[in-house]
Amino acid sequence: MSPDINPFVLFFASIFTSNILLANFLGMCSFISISKDMKSSNGLGLAVTVVLVLTSMLNWVILKYVLIPLDLLYLRYIIFIIVIAATVQVLEMVIDRVSPALYMALGIFLPLITVNCAILGVALFMQIRSYSFIQTVFFSAGSGLGWWLAILALSAIQKKLLKAPVPAGLKGPGITLITIGFMAMAFIGFSGMLSVQ
Amino acid sequence: MADSPSKILKENIWYSNPVFIQILGICSTLAVTNNLINTVIMTVGLMFVTGFTNVTVSLLKNLIPRKVRMIVQTLIIAFYVIIVDILLRAYLPDVSKALGPYVGLIITNCIIMGRAEAFAQSNGPLLSFWDGITSGLGYMWVLMIIAFVRELLGFGTLFGMSVLPEGFTHWTIMVMAPSAFFLLGTFIWISKTIMLKNEGGRK
Repeated sequence: MSPDINPFVLFFASIFTSNILLANFLGMCSFISISKDMKSSNGLGLAVTVVLVLTSMLNWVILKYVLIPLDLLYLRYIIFIIVIAATVQVLEMVIDRVSPALYMALGIFLPLITVNCAILGVALFMQIRSYSFIQTVFFSAGSGLGWWLAILALSAIQKKLLKAPVPAGLKGPGITLITIGFMAMAFIGFSGMLSVQ
Repeated sequence: MADSPSKILKENIWYSNPVFIQILGICSTLAVTNNLINTVIMTVGLMFVTGFTNVTVSLLKNLIPRKVRMIVQTLIIAFYVIIVDILLRAYLPDVSKALGPYVGLIITNCIIMGRAEAFAQSNGPLLSFWDGITSGLGYMWVLMIIAFVRELLGFGTLFGMSVLPEGFTHWTIMVMAPSAFFLLGTFIWISKTIMLKNEGGRK
């Protein structure tokens, strides 16, 4: 049933060649607005990775043992989004209780994550490509790390861009998008090594 | 806030266009812009969802407790997206397969949530519907232009029909992800330059 791909191959492919952001355009909204500041991009990257792994594991279990046996596959959008929202909420409360310092660092990013397309996107990809549980874990971890890498790299580039003479019309989102385009090209350069569809 | 319908139209299509001014909701749809047919279907689906979500939120705005309104809005959006998904699978199975997860990703498209939050919360159902539809239109024409360029140069076709002569070398980059970023960036550049010029002329 599940495709025969080594989980490690999947892991590296989802970081580099099919980066969730640069190849699949997922998680752009918060990406562009947050990426101006390196510290917050770091926090957001960590939060996205953690939530991604947690929710895709939960969603896989629900998909396999509830939705498919009961033939309720058409409800998956609602179920997935509820699982994501609930996980984010619980995680927020737990972090607040356990580690106030971490909460200070991550707290403001958690609500943003619910509407991050990358999280729902990974859940839908794993359903459509019918990954096994292990594959799902590696795929989601890789996607999260890939997103984190992309946002960190972009925020570092943007710091340099502040000093560059950019035409007035291109300032702001325009130049950011073109920068992302170049990054995407660089990442596609890895695709000779491994590729996963 | 009682704007006239024509003013809303102008705002949503140009002055505060969701794509190139607010940079909202590009995630789910950029991926399908290497093909005009998919882009049209995707944006029509989005227009439908935005319009009806706005109506529903506007009708229910007094019933939804403020604290849970985000999740309620998300559920309303998910409800309409499921309708779109089922319709697509029934009538256009090929397109539905090509779009894959991106139909479901309309849920997390920030435009819908943004319009519901910014407009439908404080306006009547009819105006909200109009606002949703025009936001969808503003979204549609920008993405259509991007898809037009990408499909023409990438495959040499328009709406699946071959339009360029045989010997034309296809631009492989146009089929791949980076070109969407470049084109959108260039688009923002052009539109912003025009806007800056207009502002300068007014002063």
